Amino acid sequence: MEHSLKIKIKNLNFYYGDFKALQDISLDMYANQVTAFIGPSGCGKSTLLRCLNRMNDLIPISRVEGQIILDNQNINDPSVDVVTLRRNVGMVFQKPNPFPKSIFENVAYGLRVNGIKDKAYIADRVEKSLQSAALWDEVKDRIHDSALGLSGGQQQRLCIARALAVEPEVVLMDEPASALDPIATQKIEELIHQLKKSYTIIIVTHNMQQAARVSDVTAFFYLGKLIEVDDTETLFTKPKLQQTEDYITGRFG
Amino acid sequence: MRKNQQTGKSRQRREGAIRLFFFFVALTSITILTLIVVFLFWEGLPIFSEVSVYDFLFGRYWYPTDDPPDFGIFPLIVASLTVTAMSAVISIPLGVMTALYLAESASARLREWVKPIVELLAALPSVVIGFFGMVIVAPFLQEILDIPTGLNLFNASLMLAFMSVPTICSISEDAIYSVPIELKEASLALGATQWETIARVILPASLSGISTAIILGMSRAIGETMVVLMIAGGSAQLPSSIFDPVRPMPASIAAEMAEAPFRSDHYYALFATGVVLFAFTLLFNLVSEHISNKYRQVGAATL
Repeated sequence: MEHSLKIKIKNLNFYYGDFKALQDISLDMYANQVTAFIGPSGCGKSTLLRCLNRMNDLIPISRVEGQIILDNQNINDPSVDVVTLRRNVGMVFQKPNPFPKSIFENVAYGLRVNGIKDKAYIADRVEKSLQSAALWDEVKDRIHDSALGLSGGQQQRLCIARALAVEPEVVLMDEPASALDPIATQKIEELIHQLKKSYTIIIVTHNMQQAARVSDVTAFFYLGKLIEVDDTETLFTKPKLQQTEDYITGRFG
Repeated sequence: MRKNQQTGKSRQRREGAIRLFFFFVALTSITILTLIVVFLFWEGLPIFSEVSVYDFLFGRYWYPTDDPPDFGIFPLIVASLTVTAMSAVISIPLGVMTALYLAESASARLREWVKPIVELLAALPSVVIGFFGMVIVAPFLQEILDIPTGLNLFNASLMLAFMSVPTICSISEDAIYSVPIELKEASLALGATQWETIARVILPASLSGISTAIILGMSRAIGETMVVLMIAGGSAQLPSSIFDPVRPMPASIAAEMAEAPFRSDHYYALFATGVVLFAFTLLFNLVSEHISNKYRQVGAATL
């Protein structure tokens, strides 16, 4: 299956004040594939992920140089509306962060803020999104109960459903399973496998086994630089660089 | 081992003594507060052998020194409630919006400067605010509105509002600021604008803190004495407009206590007014307690 280019990062630099957190990153990501970012803490992988939906705009002292081209459009261009961008590029965070609202309202939130009022359509999207996130069967009888009553793993799948409800094209996941137990983690990983049929998925993970299990392409970062990127299988079995090999075999990091 | 057992025993004895000491300190303050409440009721209840509870609470006339005297505190209750309600109408939007601006919009630098200044305003002595209302606001109101006196319900509400704004603003700001960044990010990542995020996520999540702030601000207003004594106008009549002078309960107690003969009916009536005031502030506190329990602020995740 041929995969089309979805996101092209060209010579990206990112600064927190004077600190250069990302140095000259160039990387291509393809539709219907899972791209994993790995690397030790502080290597810039989360920062790069948050560049892709401009979440870093929230940090007043940050600055970005270079281009991130999503479907032929540079997302850092002043003409790009960040709200529209974020509707197309959804995000799932490290810690499950459901709103203190009902399960239904959590999933409906993105639709409501995007001005959708049609109740039947919202109900339909909520159900479909919960199904896509493999949560529907567990919650369909208590959809109007508080989302905070769910377990951690269910909350994280709810957050995925919430991101899917607005029908994004790209889903960013920032260590989505790091706060979960092994069984919940397995569910999330199975879900990622399902989701890549319809979405472009980019996942940051600390867990190399997880990257090996879920991703098609893996990019290894170290100290703000992209060290090596390759097919996941190649990168984990025949890395080209000694540094990559040292990291994936656990000799440092 | 033997030696260690010895020091272990003396350590336990010392811990026991410290625990006992704190127990007595706590007991002392609780006992004193309880005694004050008991005294309040002790000195207030005898008036009900002269007038019925109903006539006391709903009597329209407060002429405690007439012969025969009238002990109806309804105008005082109405005065207290309207002054408090009006000051809330002014202070809640001001306080909460200032808090929202500081927590969500202002730069970190500005916040660092403004927050302590707002908190400092809470330290303004009420007599200073009363004085300001008396010599600046009252003549101004009198002139531009062409009313008989600037010392009235509206002026008192305004000054009380300025006294509650720092409380409301500061506590609301803490509540809004402590809404987890994760919730804010979740909302923004779904394509919500900053304003939508504030209205749909941040305000609901900080509702319990904001309610507590509002009620603390209002209990400050209802119990406040000096300001209403100085600028409410002192007339114990039911107001027919917001520019009528009124006499809230604390003002009445403070103004008349010195001239009421010890253990006279007037004296008992003033204490009974104190009981009513206490009931109101207690109610405010219970409501605030209830709200902050019911809408407990929630974190990002319950892991």
